[in-house]
Amino acid sequence: MIRINCPFCGPRDHSEFTYGGDASIVYPALDAPMDDWHDAIFLRENPCGMQSETWHHVNGCRMWLVVERDTMTHEIRSVRPAHQGNAAVMSAAGDKS
Amino acid sequence: MTRYSAWAVLKAGFSGQKNWDRQWRDPEPQKRYDVVIVGAGLHGLATAYYLAKNHGLRNIAVLEKGWLGGGNAGRNTTIVRSNYMMPGNRQFYEHSLKLWENLSHELNYNVMFSQRYHVSLFHSPAARDAAARRYNTMRLTDSDGELWDLATLKTNIPHLNYNNARFPIIGAAVQKRAGNARHDAVAWGYARGADGYGVDIIQNCEVTGVTRVDGQVTALETSRGRIEAGKVGFAVAGNTSRLWQMAGLGRLPIESHKLQAFVSEPLKPLLDHVVVFGVGGAHFYISQSDKGGMVFGGDLDWYKSYAQRGNLPIVQDVAECATSILPCLGRVRLLRHWSGVMDMSMDGSAFICKTPLDNLYLNAGWNYGGFKASPASGWYFADLIANDRPDPVIANLDLDRFRRGVIIDERGAGPDPKLHG
Amino acid sequence: MSARRQTSGGRIDREQHIRFTWDGRPMQGYPGDSLASALLAANEKVLGRSFKYHRPRGVMSAGVEESGAMVTVGSGVRRDPNVKATMQELYPGLAASGQNAWPSVRFDLGAVNGLFSRFFAAGFYYKTFMGIPPFEWFSKGTGLWMKYEKIIRRAAGMGEASRLPDPDVYDHAHAFCDLLVVGSGPAGLQAALTAAQAGFEVWLVEQDCELGGELLSRADDRLERQRVELVAELEKAGVRIMTRTTVFGLYDYGTAGLLERVTDHLAKPPAYLPRQRFWTLRARHTIVASGALERGIAFGNNDLPGVMNVSAGRSYLNRYAVLGGEQIVVATNNDSAYAAAAELAGAGARVSLLDARANIDGSLLEIAGDAGVSLHTAAAPLDATGSAAISGLEVAAASASGWRSESRIACDLLLVSGGWSPVVHLASHRGVKPVWNADNACFVTPEIGEPIQVAGSAAGIWNTDACFDSGAAAGVQAVKALGGKARAKSMPAIGGWSNPILPVYEIRDPARKTKAIVDPQHDVTADDIRLAHREGFVSVEHLKRYTTLGMATDGGKVGNIIGLALMAEALGVDIPAVGTTTFRPPYTPVAIGALKGRNVGEHFRPLRRTPMHDWNLAQGATMTMAGLWHRPWYFARAGETISEAYVRETGTTRATVGLCDVTSLGKIAVQGPDATEFLNRIYSNPFAKLPIGKARYGIMLRDDGIVMDDGTTWRLSESDYFMTTTTAHAGKVMVWLEELLQTRWPDLRVHVTSVSEQWAGSAVAGPSSRAVLEACVEDPSVMGNEVFPFMGVIETTLNGGIPCRIARISFSGEMAYEAYVPADYTGAMMDLLWNEAQKHDGCLYGLEALGAMRIEKGHVTGAELDGRVSIDDAGLGKMAAENKSFIGSAMRNRPELLREDRPRLVGIKPVDRGEKFNAGAILCAADKVSGMGEGWITAVTHSPALGHWIGLGFVSGGHQAWEGTTLVAADPVRKGNIDVEVVSPHMYDPGGERMHG
Repeated sequence: MIRINCPFCGPRDHSEFTYGGDASIVYPALDAPMDDWHDAIFLRENPCGMQSETWHHVNGCRMWLVVERDTMTHEIRSVRPAHQGNAAVMSAAGDKS
Repeated sequence: MTRYSAWAVLKAGFSGQKNWDRQWRDPEPQKRYDVVIVGAGLHGLATAYYLAKNHGLRNIAVLEKGWLGGGNAGRNTTIVRSNYMMPGNRQFYEHSLKLWENLSHELNYNVMFSQRYHVSLFHSPAARDAAARRYNTMRLTDSDGELWDLATLKTNIPHLNYNNARFPIIGAAVQKRAGNARHDAVAWGYARGADGYGVDIIQNCEVTGVTRVDGQVTALETSRGRIEAGKVGFAVAGNTSRLWQMAGLGRLPIESHKLQAFVSEPLKPLLDHVVVFGVGGAHFYISQSDKGGMVFGGDLDWYKSYAQRGNLPIVQDVAECATSILPCLGRVRLLRHWSGVMDMSMDGSAFICKTPLDNLYLNAGWNYGGFKASPASGWYFADLIANDRPDPVIANLDLDRFRRGVIIDERGAGPDPKLHG
Repeated sequence: MSARRQTSGGRIDREQHIRFTWDGRPMQGYPGDSLASALLAANEKVLGRSFKYHRPRGVMSAGVEESGAMVTVGSGVRRDPNVKATMQELYPGLAASGQNAWPSVRFDLGAVNGLFSRFFAAGFYYKTFMGIPPFEWFSKGTGLWMKYEKIIRRAAGMGEASRLPDPDVYDHAHAFCDLLVVGSGPAGLQAALTAAQAGFEVWLVEQDCELGGELLSRADDRLERQRVELVAELEKAGVRIMTRTTVFGLYDYGTAGLLERVTDHLAKPPAYLPRQRFWTLRARHTIVASGALERGIAFGNNDLPGVMNVSAGRSYLNRYAVLGGEQIVVATNNDSAYAAAAELAGAGARVSLLDARANIDGSLLEIAGDAGVSLHTAAAPLDATGSAAISGLEVAAASASGWRSESRIACDLLLVSGGWSPVVHLASHRGVKPVWNADNACFVTPEIGEPIQVAGSAAGIWNTDACFDSGAAAGVQAVKALGGKARAKSMPAIGGWSNPILPVYEIRDPARKTKAIVDPQHDVTADDIRLAHREGFVSVEHLKRYTTLGMATDGGKVGNIIGLALMAEALGVDIPAVGTTTFRPPYTPVAIGALKGRNVGEHFRPLRRTPMHDWNLAQGATMTMAGLWHRPWYFARAGETISEAYVRETGTTRATVGLCDVTSLGKIAVQGPDATEFLNRIYSNPFAKLPIGKARYGIMLRDDGIVMDDGTTWRLSESDYFMTTTTAHAGKVMVWLEELLQTRWPDLRVHVTSVSEQWAGSAVAGPSSRAVLEACVEDPSVMGNEVFPFMGVIETTLNGGIPCRIARISFSGEMAYEAYVPADYTGAMMDLLWNEAQKHDGCLYGLEALGAMRIEKGHVTGAELDGRVSIDDAGLGKMAAENKSFIGSAMRNRPELLREDRPRLVGIKPVDRGEKFNAGAILCAADKVSGMGEGWITAVTHSPALGHWIGLGFVSGGHQAWEGTTLVAADPVRKGNIDVEVVSPHMYDPGGERMHG
């Protein structure tokens, strides 16, 4: 069981979350060319090692989180809310991540 | 190479088993090969075999970082079927099944392919109709497939859960020519066959670098030295992205995910068919091996991983599915569970294609269904490498299909790798 | 020559007798007995048969590594095959029987396999069974192989499982602790106490029924006092003690899987207890004190009943008061066997001790001498003899040229110690490769790199007092790691014998042909290992898979090291060079039923019912499954069939009015200043200018341009929208909206809330729908056509003050409304509506009628939108706005998605109107009824309006491409072929006039 330190709820089993995807992808503007969208949707780096990904705390606060996790050891280096605004508020309040 | 037969076994019995030789050599790597295949799993070994057999090539090496057949080849749940519906997949998997049907004779190695029926349960009229579309397509394209109503299913498999299922079974889609095979035997059979044609299988040889000059691969750096190559093929399910990046090629429509598999203690015959169950968001498959263990599995662990170890939530999910369709499994004991790392692709279908480098070829993206594809994968990959162009059957199994808008998506799940498990 | 129960001693209760049966014969034992000890005491030697050769098998151990005494316990629905007799506690009425034999384990016809064993070497089946012998003739296809396979499958397997549903209940429990200690031998007891006394929450988990581990098998009063004291202190310190519980796996983040056997030792389990409990335990720190297992040596017929390991002989004597034989031979290569030999002699047996080593020190000589044990050095077992059980042993002596047969001893029990293997399995689960310790001839666990330590014999520490110390040292380390304070204690060194072990794995005299068994369950012989080497299967993984060594139910606990050693010898390398197999969970087999907990039968997945569920049932609804939901399918009146019902429902709805529960649709509140912008980005059609008080049908695409879902969104105010989705995709859409807002567009000031549970909804459809609603709302004027036009939205009150929001939208194609009330008011709303509807001779309708109407109208659902279909394919291209970008707008223009010949939505009618066809049929050109076809049928109904079967589906190029042509609906799996024509999908009221009322 991977344990994710949700900034809003505290340490939780990963089975409380649904897995999202690659958090390093920057989706282009809606009117960007097809090639930019193709690359964002379909191409992945898929590293063996530390990478960042999204998780959705569906059985908790329903917040999306960005997690830095090693795909070989499953060690988690950091967890922050995906939404920068929320992240800023949590930082200011001294969050637990 | 001694021909295997009952006669040979009899002779061996009298000679104290002294008349057997190595099933494949353990050669030192040469400085150069015309074709180097990276990955001695089922697909890589099959490719080498067909390169030699179908195309008469001889100066071939297969490089394997561990021991041949030690990756997903030895970890899967051994189901062989061809019930794919999408154009391209349909023809590919059908060809594979036909190769399976004669594989033991082809390789002179008993791969124990048992055509014991693949029985896919459905639980609603809509699911039955969706199955009908798939199995009608199979029947119209030179394959077998049928629907069983509840009465027929009960006669064939009386001990499924017909009484208190959350999703009552109403029937099943059946492919009778589908079944199981002994995964190790396929790897060893192809290895022995390829080796018999002079293919060098170099084990404990990890590729650590890919040397490129002017849009071509010229050599591979390995833990056993530098090996020059005329053509290179990658067949390293689970680790494709790492090799791709070694070749300086960037990103791929692939994510590595792990899939767990399970085996029970060995039992007297309990289940004669392969049974598959998929409803309520669950996905589960089970069969019984010839040694008597129940072999089964379910969904991915959901998160990306290169670690060949699974976590408990999926163990519970799979146990729930198992007992919900075969309630007698409650007292059957799990003996072992393990996992393999797979290339999950953006539409659930594979890649057998050329790459941006002229002499580099890619075989990847098999998701959780690589075992059944092994013979055809080797066949078509060998053909691609030998002739430097894809056979029409695999024309859309290329990396550019997403740019074109060709989506070979059996599940209809969209561009999210984890949903194609 | 027999075993006997001692008149005193042991941890059994001689006051009570336990009656049980073995193979139907009545037997007796005592509380404290295992099934194995009770059978041994009764002199039952043959308890099972091996897998391949059906060689007789007896008790080989006193623990989980048991590979011989595999029995079936119970019968009928509670039949339990493959039970290790050594791990089964005896209880009154226990019925055990032999397995894998016919007619019985003592006389098994299957033993004939053994006569042909020379042919059945490892891997022989890969070389034959392909065709007709002798040369595999007629080799085509799998027919012949499958005939052989039938026989093989019947011979395979060990026990037989019941086919009846398992009647027992299992629980899944969750827990947290500071420290998990695995194993309650000296190291575990001490480690647990150290941490508990430092104030930490400790779980001490022991697979046996009592705490003490190896201490339970000793005959030492001091040790027993120490054990009892420790246990008392543990209880006082508040340690959570779990007996009969196995830690079967270690997983990420300190998670452990535990299997607690709650009632398997009880004759009459209380009904309120689960049979077993699976625990997911999350520990901040773990100490593995799982002990070590004694291994044997491979020599001739080392698998005969009456051959077991030395510690088993000792355990049966000291714990169960069973002296296993009168003439005992103890064979060893290490010091640990001496104390056991002395105890056995002291109990009255004649004991000979064979030590493979030539030189041993005085202390050992003294132990042997004082006890009257006859000691032979430089001696080892070569070949055991006896028919069903051991009666004699050929002994080999070490010579300059290896082992040579020397003499014979009569014996009725042979105890063998080839060394000790620390139980490294749990560390192996974490991916840690054990390291070979040559001095002690065993694998030990290196640094794990996680908060997991190993202590005691599991760490290769042999001396009991040193084990206590190592437990204390590990406990101290755990306390410090957990943030507590403790004085450091040094960890004792690995080892502890006064004489070094002599690595001996096989005794073989080349001049004698002997059959030595390495894996007793699978009958893997030493020669098989050498055969694997000869054929090139030299890595440990290949060795294991080719010979099946270590793949039986003992997981290789008995044979793996010997196999590795023999392969190392064949290769001329050291053991570690061959490698190590990775041990996988579970450490011992776990019932699948236990792993599922309570989510069984009806509880496999949640059942979702709308607030109208009971009301619908009361009105005579027949329900059907729609995903996790139950929804009304049809409302049959007296004697109606489903067809009659839905045809009536459709007719009535179209003639006057019908009510339908639509609550299962997804409902999402989309609120905020940027809500309009948000909707405009996610829907393909324009939403920027949706007026307040209007609803709009919208289609959402995925990023890749394929249709994701459709629904209707209502604008309630400037910044307040009410979005509906399909039932099937409600959850998915909600997740998608949250993802977009939190990960891609954090600057949008929008909040989305799932309100699916909060609102209950009913469609009110048909020409009289307005009249019905007028009578149900407090202010009928809100229903007027000018103030409430098509696609309008109002918020109002129903009679009695029920808050209500109503949209004038139609899925059925009739003039219709959807009325939603807060869920608690459902019953009241339905009573109101139904009361009024009946005055108009209206009806209730379900999914079948709804389906018929929507197919007639050509409205798409999930049957058509299958995740591969584009907005143009579905005939809804007009809903893709030209003048804005939206999710999917870029990718939907990929070349293949724009092709003219793509399959497009069509209606289908049989050429002969009297014919029927099915959804799932493939549409083919009339002259080519094969291949991939031109399209497929997605949904069908016998159209109430048109009076014959119709369908929706897809055909390449759409119906315009097949104008005037006949196609074939090919359905080989059901009906066969029917001639059809394809038409526009809008087969009823194509102009949509009825909706506008």
